[in-house]
Amino acid sequence: MAETAAKKAKKEKIPRQAMPEQEPKVRARNFEEVPTGQSAEAAMQEAARCLQCKKPACVAGCPVEINIPAFIQQVKDGDFTAAITTIWETNALPAVCGRVCPQELQCEGVCIVGKKGDPVAIGNLERFVADYERKHREAKPPEKSEPTGKKVAVVGSGPSGLTVAGDLVLKGHEVTIFEAFHKPGGVLVYGIPEFRLPKEIVFSEVAGLEKLGAKLECNAVVGRSVTIEELFEEGYDAVFIGVGAGLPRFLNVPGENLIGVFSANEYLTRSNLMKAYLFPEYDTPVIQGKNVVTLGAGNVAMDSARTALRLGADTSRIVYRRSRDEVPARGAEVHHAEEEGVDFHFLTAPTKFFGDEKGRITGMEGLKMELGEPDASGRRRPIPIEGSEFELECDLVIIAVGANANPLLTQSTEGLKLNKWGYIVADEATGKTSKKAVWAGGDIVTGSATVILAMGAGRDAANSIHDYLTWGW
Amino acid sequence: MFKIIRREEMAEGTVILNEIEAPLIAKKARPGQFVILKANETGERIPLTMAETDPEKGTITIIYMVVGKSTALFRDLKVDDGYQDVIGPLGKATHLEKVGKVICVGGGTGVAVLHPITRALKEIGNDVTCIIGARTKDLLILEEQMKAASNDLRICTDDGSYGHHGFVTQVMQEVLDQGGVKLVVAIGPVPMMKAVSNITKGYDVELQVSLNPIMIDGTGMCGGCRVTVGGKTKFACVDGPEFDGHKVNFDELMLRLGSYLDDEKESHDHYCRVRGE
Ligand SMILES: Cc1cc2nc3c(=O)[nH]c(=O)nc-3n(C[C@H](O)[C@H](O)[C@H](O)COP(=O)(O)OP(=O)(O)OC[C@H]3O[C@@H](n4cnc5c(N)ncnc54)[C@H](O)[C@@H]3O)c2cc1C
Ligand code: SF4
Ligand code: FES
Repeated sequence: MAETAAKKAKKEKIPRQAMPEQEPKVRARNFEEVPTGQSAEAAMQEAARCLQCKKPACVAGCPVEINIPAFIQQVKDGDFTAAITTIWETNALPAVCGRVCPQELQCEGVCIVGKKGDPVAIGNLERFVADYERKHREAKPPEKSEPTGKKVAVVGSGPSGLTVAGDLVLKGHEVTIFEAFHKPGGVLVYGIPEFRLPKEIVFSEVAGLEKLGAKLECNAVVGRSVTIEELFEEGYDAVFIGVGAGLPRFLNVPGENLIGVFSANEYLTRSNLMKAYLFPEYDTPVIQGKNVVTLGAGNVAMDSARTALRLGADTSRIVYRRSRDEVPARGAEVHHAEEEGVDFHFLTAPTKFFGDEKGRITGMEGLKMELGEPDASGRRRPIPIEGSEFELECDLVIIAVGANANPLLTQSTEGLKLNKWGYIVADEATGKTSKKAVWAGGDIVTGSATVILAMGAGRDAANSIHDYLTWGW
Repeated sequence: MFKIIRREEMAEGTVILNEIEAPLIAKKARPGQFVILKANETGERIPLTMAETDPEKGTITIIYMVVGKSTALFRDLKVDDGYQDVIGPLGKATHLEKVGKVICVGGGTGVAVLHPITRALKEIGNDVTCIIGARTKDLLILEEQMKAASNDLRICTDDGSYGHHGFVTQVMQEVLDQGGVKLVVAIGPVPMMKAVSNITKGYDVELQVSLNPIMIDGTGMCGGCRVTVGGKTKFACVDGPEFDGHKVNFDELMLRLGSYLDDEKESHDHYCRVRGE
């Protein structure tokens, strides 16, 4: 008894190991990854902070229920290869999740150590283990089952599609991924910037899938290049749809089509996927604003505002109609953005944009808001304060107020039930849609959510598809 | 890779034709649809409406004018070279209907896009008068093909070196004045389409135009291609590229097409330096 108390006291003394990062002033002007990664010693120190709870809250807090205490114990013991094997049992993309999951709302948010002090840095440990394996390649890749002769088409190569493909290829099915863009990865590649998630990590995961035998067809816009019906005619036994949300929301205020007003999708796609930050070595340009305003305060908005700084902005402002308490972005992103000099304007909403004779944006008008009663989302509804109009000078505006369901695929597929917002209706436990042999998951079902939820949906769908291919609908 | 199997130069080398192996696209494409091409790893995604498709041979044909860095890069591709990426068919196909008397007006490389539409309109029984124009005789493209595709071909040159001396709009107005025209299809530079629209508004005809805004994905995902039609924002890549020419805000389109003029120059200069020109 006395001994455990002493052990506990000792554990509490180890502080949460800080993640080394590039200096804010320096990194705000380059596209290299912000956190530079931990040493093995630091990771082991951090792992030693875990209490190895009998009823680990963290596992329940993780959408795919990684066996967190087990892998942390393996890190503590210095057996990083065993640790990655543990993680892979439930999560195929730990290098991605360690970097982009909202840990403070999931595993770390409920970690017992966090009740009195800082929680165990589970995300950083996951990242460390995955990066270690990518560098050393010591773990045995999972075993592949005998070929079943069944063919599965996966539409979209975002986290949901990649998860389905990985799971089913291991179960012996023949899997082909159809991706509309010329590169795989979905939001991980076109949306999330290099400084937060190096693209090399995503491509290495996809290369691993291909090595396992999954086929990848880029430049394939399902619904245009080929329809779901035609995929069945070509001999596919099952189809998974993971096409993401993919329709930018605009504000419908005057001046929105001025040059220099972008959807975040366009701005980030130009910069990330098309590598406009390397212009003119890469051919795609992007407008480089000096005074940039980003509308919205989710991860997409943080990524946009921080990209603008790196592309040379003097000022980068976030304009958000709710208050700081409602900011939906990951805590780390908001913190990083503030450190880098992004200015936050809460309780403000745009009402119009102004331009010059060349059609270029020169400024915007906004209104101050106050918080009223809670709305459908449970957050207090912002209400405009009369007469509070103000003007803001800017030469680039990025609209990051969310996405809707892209109708391109869903409207070209008969018998696919959609909800009133155009998202695909799919069974929560299995991902089954109203159409036989068609599954769906990720943002096209839930609306814009998270990488890990898309992966979880992919895992459930893969299990259900496997059952179908084995037993029937 | 999407291999180029035929390459021709037109209009004194300012316009290039590429016939490209793309069997899946060729099988699906219908008149009015476009593809997005990317030459190589560092290239831009450039939308071009298909001028011709051959499902049996498995090829599509594009015709483009060399205007900036990306098209200069395309120009350097020879037979047996290829495009790294070709995506399509994208956009809605032309709405084809038998209405009676139709005028097809084309300018610049718009003539290439107009060709399959003209042919299809004639094939389903319309009486098609085709009016095509260029600055001067040597810049005129596809004369023979347009002649075969229409019932009556009129040619205009700005300098009078061939055909009617003047603009396509003047000839169009004459034909409109003869009466009976139900539909005008105009494809070409934005100022031409705008001029056509200003005239056809005064007649009881429908006007169909094909728009070519700046695009990235071509699937409705970025909104970069937005155009204002009838006061509403539309995404040209999925809602178009064809729209009611009496409702399009051409001035806005023209401005938006100029978004990157400075960058295009920088990019082109960079390319020339790299090539040692
Ligand atoms: C900028 C940005 C930052 C984000 N940051 C975070 C974060 O920090 N943490 C987090 O957890 N989540 C984050 N998210 C959300 C997260 O990325 C998404 O929830 C997740 O990627 C959804 O995965 P998905 O598989 O449903 O689809 P997506 O990742 O959207 O991928 C869909 C893929 O399908 C392709 N596709 C679309 N239509 C077709 C078609 N017709 N035919 C073929 N292919 C098609 C698309 O090109 C795309 O590649 C962020 C999102 C964005 C945009
Ligand atoms: S809740 Fe925290 S302390 Fe408990 S097992 Fe999970 S990571 Fe360790
Ligand atoms: S090109 Fe992106 S939405 Fe049309």
